[in-house]
Amino acid sequence: MSLVNITIEGRPYQVEEGLTILEAARQCGYEIPSLCTYNHGECNQGSCRVCLVEATGARGLAASCVFPVAEGMEVKINSPKAVAARRTSVELLLSNHNVNCQQCGKSGKCELQHVARIVGAREGMFQGAKTPTTYDDASPSLVRDTSKCILCGRCIARCKNAHGNGVLGFENRGFDAKVGPAQDISFMESPCLMCGQCVTVCPTGALMPKTEIDKVDFARAQGKFMVVQTAPAVRAALGEEFGLPIGTPVTGKMAAALRRLGFDRVYDTDFGADLTIMEEANELLDRVKNDGVLPMITSCSPGWVNWAETYNADLLPHISSCKSPHQMQGAIIKSYFAEQNGLDPKDIFVVSIMPCTAKKFEKDRPQMEVDGIRDVDAVLTVRELGDLIKRSGMQFNRLPEEGFDYDIMGTATGAGVIFGVTGGVMEAALRTAYKVLEGKEYYAVRFEAVRGMKGIKEATVTMGGMDVRVAVASGMTNAQVLLDQIREGTSPYHFIEIMCCPGGCINGGGMPIVRHAFLPNEDVDIVDTYRQKRAAALYTEDERNTLRQSHNNPQIVELYERFLEKPNSHLSHRLLHTTYAAREPFRVADTEDVEIDL
Amino acid sequence: MAHLSGAAVKRIEEICDQYTDEKTPLIMILSTIQREFGYVPLEVQEVVSRKTGISVAEIYGVVTFYSFFSLTPKGKHVIGCCLGTACYVKDAQKVIDRFCNDLGIEPGGTTEDRMFTIDALRCIGACAAAPAVTIDGKIYARVDVSDVPKIIDEYRLMEGGAA
Repeated sequence: MSLVNITIEGRPYQVEEGLTILEAARQCGYEIPSLCTYNHGECNQGSCRVCLVEATGARGLAASCVFPVAEGMEVKINSPKAVAARRTSVELLLSNHNVNCQQCGKSGKCELQHVARIVGAREGMFQGAKTPTTYDDASPSLVRDTSKCILCGRCIARCKNAHGNGVLGFENRGFDAKVGPAQDISFMESPCLMCGQCVTVCPTGALMPKTEIDKVDFARAQGKFMVVQTAPAVRAALGEEFGLPIGTPVTGKMAAALRRLGFDRVYDTDFGADLTIMEEANELLDRVKNDGVLPMITSCSPGWVNWAETYNADLLPHISSCKSPHQMQGAIIKSYFAEQNGLDPKDIFVVSIMPCTAKKFEKDRPQMEVDGIRDVDAVLTVRELGDLIKRSGMQFNRLPEEGFDYDIMGTATGAGVIFGVTGGVMEAALRTAYKVLEGKEYYAVRFEAVRGMKGIKEATVTMGGMDVRVAVASGMTNAQVLLDQIREGTSPYHFIEIMCCPGGCINGGGMPIVRHAFLPNEDVDIVDTYRQKRAAALYTEDERNTLRQSHNNPQIVELYERFLEKPNSHLSHRLLHTTYAAREPFRVADTEDVEIDL
Repeated sequence: MAHLSGAAVKRIEEICDQYTDEKTPLIMILSTIQREFGYVPLEVQEVVSRKTGISVAEIYGVVTFYSFFSLTPKGKHVIGCCLGTACYVKDAQKVIDRFCNDLGIEPGGTTEDRMFTIDALRCIGACAAAPAVTIDGKIYARVDVSDVPKIIDEYRLMEGGAA
């Protein structure tokens, strides 16, 4: 690594060669406003022109997000020329923007709004025609509102980087240009996975999760018995919505907040995760013993299930038939819990707090019901829960630490909590498989080989005299490598964990927004480290739990004794398992039936 | 959605295979398809995507960026009316309006018999011939509004129809 000498505002600095001016300045303590650049060149279109600075060696002003530093370069961020140019760039963007900030769900976390304030953009500087827009809220997960799009290209880059399929693209040209799935169709008609990675990078309100807060309000107003469950990853990030440092676990305050929001029961989806492990581990052992389809692949991640159904339908028999944890828990709440509490399942409203936008889609899948009773009625993202808490007037950071409700499904193990991070489901499954095959607990508890943020991880674990080969992938680009091996007959694995979002749920589309501009107290490398910090919060909660293995959860044992009988029983299959079906990538309604020929 | 005949799919795949040595084959592939099929609808883009690994969104972006590509079938004869600066000041707008009026279509549209498409072009580099019209690659120089019926008849006669 060689260093170059530059000056910023006349002060000398040494920075790494090859950095862009923007990155170098950030390391020196300057945050140059910018809208299109993201994450070390993951998106580097240089398209927004908001990051203009004066730099020696540049012709005119330099776009600092793409212009590399050079020896002897003098950078002026605060020169009158640069300051005026940045203001004009932002004013031009605003001239074609649907400026309804007060009603926009992104307000407060909108980079355009933030930057407009920073550069001192004036009202109504440029007026004229606006680009024709598209508003798509047909899917249960995502809303695309191109009236707020600034054509930065971040979402396109993220979709392609994470999943390789690239649902989003630029279309048309010049003033008519917009971003969307091909032919400007709805996400619902496109091969979109609903994962919401695009939402996590969008600088404005153009891509947002579809909110279900109204549904929850309506159910409360109707006097429904409200049951809420929270996914593992939620506790690792909810604090960010209230200014706490990234990676602060807020399990206790979250439970306290949910109780004060009027939920009759506050449960942890970790219980559902434990239940998933019991069903999934036994399904795996059954497949191994009875020459079933191997490798078996996890089914917790609805974005991954969407990918499989759309692009790998021939491999669907490899996917575990287990519903995902919150769906399992929903089904138990509306059966066993209802029975135990003398409630009509129709009067129970189950809300899942999830780090995920695809879970909104998953809960609407036709398969996710038992005898016409939906497993889960509403899914809220972490940001929506943050909004609910703020609306209530509660001072989150001053809430006491409370626990989840203890009855019936109040206990969860450390195995359940690590579901929220890539490798977690695998580790939880291995802990239980080890007990089944070896007859005793794994002495170290932790399976280090499946931890960490690498896109593909593999391990061989010897248990019961058998070498169990496992692999873990997150992001569909990585997953497809393992899937192609299966198709070619070269896959050496017994069990594969696949999560849609890179890094797992801790990086889900429903998680809080991570931006340098909004996190002045975090380290400058926060965009590289936030996933590890959130993951660490989950691993710490696992370490602190006296129960580390799903099969040691006393309430899970009780649930089987009193209700389900045993894993993969007839009743388990009716309540906790599901089916998959192939689907076309493009599901545009039939408008014409003509044959295209030469 | 419209569906592709087996022969069409095979031909599209052949076209894709022709350009595997190109560093950026997409424009070449799409140009050949546009010339042979007369348009590049979504169904065709899906085949190209499967064959090349380039996402449909990206292909669609290219198809809608360049006016050479079309999502709807183009007519057998494409009438390109230049509306670049030089042609425009020489009354090119009146020329294209006359073509539209006589054929009963809008710019970008195609006649019902799939015979003619009218395209509004930006400068085609034939400013000395302003206002210029190009049909199937042939350039008509200094076109007057009164020339339009004659030009249309020329192609109708060529196709054996009544003038």
